[in-house]
Amino acid sequence: MVGGVHSEETTPPIAQGVPLHLEPLAFEPEALEPYIDAQTMRLHYEVHHAAYLNRLQAALREGNLRAANAFSLIRGLKHPPASVTPELQTSLRQNGGGHVNHTIFWRILTPPGKSPQGPQGRLAEAIQKEYGSLDTFKSVFAAAAMKRFGSGWAWLSVREDGKLIVTSTPDQDNPAMCGLVPDEECGLPILGLDVWEHAYYLKYQNRRQDYVSAWWNVVNWTRVERNFAVVTAR
Amino acid sequence: MNRRSFLVAGGAAVAGSVLPSPLHAAAAFPLELGKLPYAPEALEPHIDAQTMTIHHDKHHAAYVTNLNKALDAAKVSGKDALTLIKDLSALPADAQTAVRNNGGGHVNHTLFWSWMAPAGSGAKGPEGKLGAAIQSTFSSVDDFKKLFGEAATKRFGSGWAWLVVKADGKLAVTSTPNQDNPWMKGIVPDSDLGTPILGLDVWEHAYYLKYQNKRPDYITAWWNVVNWAEVAKGYAAAAA
Ligand SMILES: [Fe+2]
Ligand SMILES: [Fe+2]
Ligand SMILES: [Fe+2]
Repeated sequence: MVGGVHSEETTPPIAQGVPLHLEPLAFEPEALEPYIDAQTMRLHYEVHHAAYLNRLQAALREGNLRAANAFSLIRGLKHPPASVTPELQTSLRQNGGGHVNHTIFWRILTPPGKSPQGPQGRLAEAIQKEYGSLDTFKSVFAAAAMKRFGSGWAWLSVREDGKLIVTSTPDQDNPAMCGLVPDEECGLPILGLDVWEHAYYLKYQNRRQDYVSAWWNVVNWTRVERNFAVVTAR
Repeated sequence: MNRRSFLVAGGAAVAGSVLPSPLHAAAAFPLELGKLPYAPEALEPHIDAQTMTIHHDKHHAAYVTNLNKALDAAKVSGKDALTLIKDLSALPADAQTAVRNNGGGHVNHTLFWSWMAPAGSGAKGPEGKLGAAIQSTFSSVDDFKKLFGEAATKRFGSGWAWLVVKADGKLAVTSTPNQDNPWMKGIVPDSDLGTPILGLDVWEHAYYLKYQNKRPDYITAWWNVVNWAEVAKGYAAAAA
């Protein structure tokens, strides 16, 4: 389906991969108002995200590389084929990361009121066990988002040993870029928050804290729960 | 909010007041927020008043606040911001990152304001010794601008593009991530160390309200508000 709106059910979970195209949003750009404004959504999706994808495709062409799944591509970036120059590796990291991160981000957003207020099933238990409460988890996650200096992301991931971890990555790095992010921060992301200034500047300007607080209202916990189920089913 | 109330609300300086030339004395980098050397709307239409107001009164102010907090926590005092960022390794280990980020932010923004002036208020390009040095290093002013513009465009994420005078007196175009500065020994690659005499903020906050994703348009517009007299002063001091 091109140019249309994907339903919740047809949008794949993160660990099943990120195709090399711009996935249609599962909601209209204005549907996240007032927490995320329509102009920001349009620019972010149609211009910023599209630019990462275009540059990723250009980098793949330049390197004579083929990739069906951008998520697998970025997971293997530490040890690329011998033909990949350092410059090309950097471009794949920046633009492959940009494409994967934004795809993940759109997938876990939903109009306010459409999602339960938090995880319901096994993820709820895991968060309880790791952080004591959903509120404590949210404050740990928000602190990671606030502490990121410059451009980057905050993440909730599942580590290889099964532990839930909250981390932050610079620029367009992703927790699945093992070997490029610190070992103890390497994992499969199930929730992510973009804290590049382009994600919030039109509405919140320097008030990143307000953006982070508002963002919880548009998190699709059903999808996060599903991401958790997929990455922990081994 | 109209322009007048911007001025009042922002507590900004009236046009005409000048920053001390930052390269001449460390005293130009006290641990406090200086005033803008012009009114926030003075750089219109190239840089809009709202961006200038938020950039100075919020972003720059936050760097100063957070720098002071870090220094208080580490019980460091008696040094200006430039001295601090030139030798971060002299600081207690747990204060280094905060001073790198916020001391860098304070120094970089203080310089940035001084390197801009209302369009048409001064020389349109580098003159005198600076003009000659740019010509001999980069072939022409246009070639220099192109190289500088590429460095500014290519910086991924947040950061700055710089024109620096290296230890050997030669000019070079460089770029740093986040709030790093060409003076930061041990942080910036040795090959990129130097005295910055011109710099451009390419954090998205510097242009997003007016230019959104179009960073190249911001860079092009910015050349109209470069204060070449100030750049020449910095060059004279650094090359002396
Ligand atoms: Fe489709
Ligand atoms: Fe983004
Ligand atoms: Fe800035």
